[in-house]
Amino acid sequence: MNTAEIKRVYLFGTCLVDVFHPRAGMAAVRLLEREGLFVDFPPEQTCCGQPPYNSGYDEQARDVARQVVERFSDPIPVIVPSGSCAGMLRHHYPSLLADDPLADAARGLATRTYELHEFLNRVLKIRLEDKGEPTKIVMHTSCSARREMGIREDGLALLGQLKNVEVCEPENAEACCGFGGTFAVKMSDISAAMAADKCEAIEATGADQLLSSDCGCLMNIDGMLRKQARDLDAEHLAEFLWQRTGGDAL
Amino acid sequence: MSGFSTHPDHDFDVRVHDALGNEELRESFHGAMHFLRDKRRSQFPDLDALEALRDRGAAIRDRALARLPDLLEQLEKNCLRNGIQVHWADTAEEANTLITDLVRSIDGKRIVKGKSMATEEIGLNTAFEAAGFTCLESDMGEYIVQQAKETPSHIIMPAIHRNKASIARQFHEQIPETPYTEDVDELIGTGRRVLRRAFAEADVGISGVNFAVAETGTLCLVENEGNGRMSTTVPEMHIAVMGIEKVIERLADLPDLLRLLTRSATGQAITTYFNLISGPRKDNEIDGPRQVHLVLLDNGRSRIYADRQLRETLRCIRCGACMNHCPVYERLGGHAYGTVYPGPIGQVVMPQLFGLDRAGKLTQACSLNGACGEACPVRIPLPDLIRRLRHEGVTHEAGSPVKGHGRQRKAGEALIWKAWSLIHRTPWLYSLTTRFATRGRRLLPPLPQAWTRHRAPLEPAEQSFREMMARRGDSPGDQQ
Ligand code: SF4
Repeated sequence: MNTAEIKRVYLFGTCLVDVFHPRAGMAAVRLLEREGLFVDFPPEQTCCGQPPYNSGYDEQARDVARQVVERFSDPIPVIVPSGSCAGMLRHHYPSLLADDPLADAARGLATRTYELHEFLNRVLKIRLEDKGEPTKIVMHTSCSARREMGIREDGLALLGQLKNVEVCEPENAEACCGFGGTFAVKMSDISAAMAADKCEAIEATGADQLLSSDCGCLMNIDGMLRKQARDLDAEHLAEFLWQRTGGDAL
Repeated sequence: MSGFSTHPDHDFDVRVHDALGNEELRESFHGAMHFLRDKRRSQFPDLDALEALRDRGAAIRDRALARLPDLLEQLEKNCLRNGIQVHWADTAEEANTLITDLVRSIDGKRIVKGKSMATEEIGLNTAFEAAGFTCLESDMGEYIVQQAKETPSHIIMPAIHRNKASIARQFHEQIPETPYTEDVDELIGTGRRVLRRAFAEADVGISGVNFAVAETGTLCLVENEGNGRMSTTVPEMHIAVMGIEKVIERLADLPDLLRLLTRSATGQAITTYFNLISGPRKDNEIDGPRQVHLVLLDNGRSRIYADRQLRETLRCIRCGACMNHCPVYERLGGHAYGTVYPGPIGQVVMPQLFGLDRAGKLTQACSLNGACGEACPVRIPLPDLIRRLRHEGVTHEAGSPVKGHGRQRKAGEALIWKAWSLIHRTPWLYSLTTRFATRGRRLLPPLPQAWTRHRAPLEPAEQSFREMMARRGDSPGDQQ
């Protein structure tokens, strides 16, 4: 897509951002607007359908997916502040809706879906100026962002522009944090064993703060850090980027 | 010892609990998996070359599967021409009967077996026991677990869950005149002494098959210890057992597949031994078996074959890389699965072979993180297949090819997803629900214990994102 032609983008907020991290959503909006884009937020949006889809309830996932396809129908980019939801739209809608009247529209949507930081870094190629104090952060990239979307570099590249931010990744960075949607509840002990290792690796970095662009991972890791009364804040990457670059309160 | 429980779902939770509570096991697996991953990585320094090789590997396997019925016929014809007798077995029982009959036909009593997953799959050792034969596992790892009356916990490294102290103890107690030693070389020497004698005395040698080449009627066997070579050449009779999917078109396909197999499995560029078996001893030859038999095992594979997507399962070359990269396998080890094939490929193969009613729960033991799919040298989309099987497990759709489909469906769960879908399809209802979750956040019922046992309770924000956006009105695009 030619950057110059992009005047307007959709924002797909995701259900976790909606309920648990609304400020990450706001940060996404502000970051996009600062680049001169009009952000269209269809108010009737809900969720991408991932929870039932990953549980094998295709029919229920399809019902929700159809609405997403219909609500984001204009041929403009759809920006998603979450790797796994973006992956759902880009990689799973086409097969989920393959036999649906909306099959073509779903394929079209897939080609114009971007994860927020991927879009900021690769398409808009934004420049960021750090206005914060020196700090060290640890970045957790979700499995979907890393493997399904292949966008690990984008988050790191954006952070790399901030001169006062020292960025590190935990040991075994590619290891799953154990969230996996309903996996965290259905196989809760296995999931917790994975999360515990992740927390340890994150803490071992000695970073001041944990960042991720997936709310699922954030909820999972932060939930365990807090349960263990560990002193490390977790925040969505978009929010961090907005604040560091002098953005006003969200 | 049949090599697997008949109902892997049964007590899966108990086995998971035990595995997670076993510090020694967790430590062994953690160390072993990291070691294997590092080794594999070091074998593929050039990532683009690796991706190209994976493409070729997947294409070779796809090409072979596309012509599977033809190739099997061609393989049979060429094997017969080479003097290899070919047998077909539809089920595990059929295969076991066939094999025990073959052993009886030469009045055989003593059997040695090289490493073979197919014979684990059919529970051949149990059938041998019932027939009164003794069958000694000749792969060192297999030998150790057999002696301990255990099952393999990994398809490439059967005894990976054991440490040298416990093996030293086992050898000392079970092999006469063996002093206790933790010296690995000495331990291997002890095992080798026992096995050497068994090779010399055996009437029948059993092996698996890594690949069978249709164009030449050749059986390929990859191994490191030389036991495969011994089992297939010393005894009078050699019986090779292979799943029907292991056939490939031509010899020229071998180099790429071998490269992928050994590097993905153990991080070795090549293995110590690579056997190409093309027939029994000829009249002018002084060694080799008098008879070579090939058993072609279906055991549910044609059913898998019938479905376009599930067919990808059959590309598997049994390298074990998916389990080495799986965070769940790393925490549980192989035994928790209660199956011959553990880890991601086990979660895909076993429910298809056994039926979702008996092994469907295994598909839940996955966070869909994708590490297995990324590791698989022949690009089997394991996460997609696991998800597909979850779907098969909860749907009663007519015409589903998967055995036991619909049997994992629980009324309560189905209802939850129905309600979920209704809420997420009905904006005002969704709005109301999120408003309730945010405003009434102190009123929320405590989340399922499964979450809060290990994590702090979730805290919805005071105001939802949609409310923030609504309050703000339209996006001022030119703001700033
Ligand atoms: S599924 Fe792939 S990675 Fe797993 S054993 Fe088979 S070939 Fe190896």
